[in-house]
Amino acid sequence: MASLDISNLVKRFGETEVLKNINIDIEDGEFLVLVGPSGCGKSTLLNIIAGLETATDGNVSIGEKVVNDVHPKDRDIAMVFQSYALYPNMTVRNNITFGMRVRKTPADQIEEALKRVADLLQITPLLDRKPGQLSGGQRQRVAMGRALVRDPAIFLFDEPLSNLDAKLRVEMRTEIKKLHQRLGTTIVYVTHDQIEAITLATRIAVMKDGIAQQFDTPQVIYDQPANTFVAGFMGSPAMNIIPARLTNGNDALAAEVVLSDGKHLHLEIHDPDEKLRAYVDQRVQLGLRPEAFGDQDLALSDNSAIRQFTCHVDVTEPTGPDILAMINMGGVEVTTRLHSAADVQTGSPGRFTVDMSKAVFFDNENGVRI
Amino acid sequence: MTENSFSMAGTGTGRITVGRWLLFIVLGIFVIYFLAPLYVMVTTSLKTLDDIRLGGLMSLPTEITFAPWLKAWNSACVGIQCDGLNGYFWNSVKIAIPAVLISTLLGAINGYALTKWRFPGANIVFALMLFGCFIPFQVVLMPMARTLGLLGLAGTIPGLILVHVVYGIGFTTLFFRNYYITIPDELVKAATIDGAGFFTIFWRIMLPLSIPIIVVTVIWQFTQIWNDFLFGVSFSAGGGQPITVALNNIVNSSTGVKEYNLDMASAIIAGLPTLLVYVLAGRYFIRGLTAGSVKG
Repeated sequence: MASLDISNLVKRFGETEVLKNINIDIEDGEFLVLVGPSGCGKSTLLNIIAGLETATDGNVSIGEKVVNDVHPKDRDIAMVFQSYALYPNMTVRNNITFGMRVRKTPADQIEEALKRVADLLQITPLLDRKPGQLSGGQRQRVAMGRALVRDPAIFLFDEPLSNLDAKLRVEMRTEIKKLHQRLGTTIVYVTHDQIEAITLATRIAVMKDGIAQQFDTPQVIYDQPANTFVAGFMGSPAMNIIPARLTNGNDALAAEVVLSDGKHLHLEIHDPDEKLRAYVDQRVQLGLRPEAFGDQDLALSDNSAIRQFTCHVDVTEPTGPDILAMINMGGVEVTTRLHSAADVQTGSPGRFTVDMSKAVFFDNENGVRI
Repeated sequence: MTENSFSMAGTGTGRITVGRWLLFIVLGIFVIYFLAPLYVMVTTSLKTLDDIRLGGLMSLPTEITFAPWLKAWNSACVGIQCDGLNGYFWNSVKIAIPAVLISTLLGAINGYALTKWRFPGANIVFALMLFGCFIPFQVVLMPMARTLGLLGLAGTIPGLILVHVVYGIGFTTLFFRNYYITIPDELVKAATIDGAGFFTIFWRIMLPLSIPIIVVTVIWQFTQIWNDFLFGVSFSAGGGQPITVALNNIVNSSTGVKEYNLDMASAIIAGLPTLLVYVLAGRYFIRGLTAGSVKG
């Protein structure tokens, strides 16, 4: 077990800078998820942590020790690959013990470690099969077994679930989480799936274009995204980003939004801070999660941040537990998540509420949260 | 109904169409065309000289004799020496086996290094090796003769082995490189993290996955080296010559009556090993050419 510290890390391939000044540090036992769209540099970062690629600049430290020049095999890490990378010519048993055999670990220790891992992952009946005779989920377990058997300081997972079907993916996700809780080992996990990121992580680094856009706990990233990219990437359906103008009428700061019928809706801002006041009479982007909206029932609650308005409903999409109702605010389509009994009809006006304590504001120019 | 007629055409049961008959006839003609030389060689090698003189080219032997085969193996005159082909046959074996093994192994290591341990300029190195495949034999004769002379290997079997290894590396590297490029890099990464180095990964992971391409390469190299005449005639002398050169000498050095049965028996003996390799490993050859990706 060990902490991980990445400081001022830069990676260039020729002229192209694929990682720009990355700073991430996690404590011993944390579950760090690197999440971002394809090509954001998250896999490169993982490979640098593993030592499979070298950084152009900056440091990687595992447990206080700078490992820039340490060979992958001496970094005390284990990695699970997207394609599992099981050795096709070896049985499951030999796949799992290959690393220990290469390191000339005594046979009785190997046998003991193999038994422990096989029991933990329930793959004992598969030990004498070849990878070609296993299903996707079984291969996934074997790949994890190969990482677990060495009892490393840090586990690295490179999109381990992306080759599984949807149902198995959810099951394995839970298993990985359980495994982390049981073993308490530090994990770095790369994925492009924001749901995996939020469900698994103790800390998330959201990446785009080689820059760590935000590095924080899942809840902070969800509630207070650093910019409009993070807001749009994390959460499903995505956070609504609504063009608005800040007004200051009757000493109360409000966000003015134009509705589809041309009416100007003034949403009084709950407990605005000083930075926001500097944007009075300027255009901003108002960020509201779909679940910040509700139907009129919420108006009866004593939450002082609740505002009411009426708006034309464009489309409704029942999902089972709730209904997604699309409305038009500020010229963009806004998704609202209402409980399934909400009284909204496609094509007619609906009464909505919005919890302005959940609202976040972004600078209109650079998309950074105010 | 439509399904019925399809299945008839597909399985060949019931009515066979005119097109299908035509196809069989054409294929049959090709079979005869390609097998005819073999037929002539085998039958001629089993005839007596009288039989050859009196009978036609395609006629069966009136009396089967193995004397030409024994003579070809034991006592045919190669130039002025009359010891038969057997010494030269073993020369070819001594040349072909080490040359095939060494060039295949080097090709495997090259292909592995070029795909899994990419170094700056790897593509240029590969392009140059590929270029080596297209250099005609004749171009390398003079420089090769000079090199062998400097190494003190001129006219020896080790010299010929070296020539074939050098000339074969281009092909073997190409084969292995194209095969290994389909093997996922993650396999090597996983093994690196597991603590395996360059050669451990090569011996314990890459080579066991390479059986199909090893078979292809061995067949290719064996055929090339066994059948080689030009390098053999240029870089070997006297008793160290390969069987192809000896065969040529047998055919050319007969005096008086032309012993066609002896020539045919010698030619079949010279060609037999390559034929055998195809028969034994042929199905792997086709499989290896079409195979590639290893689904892990």
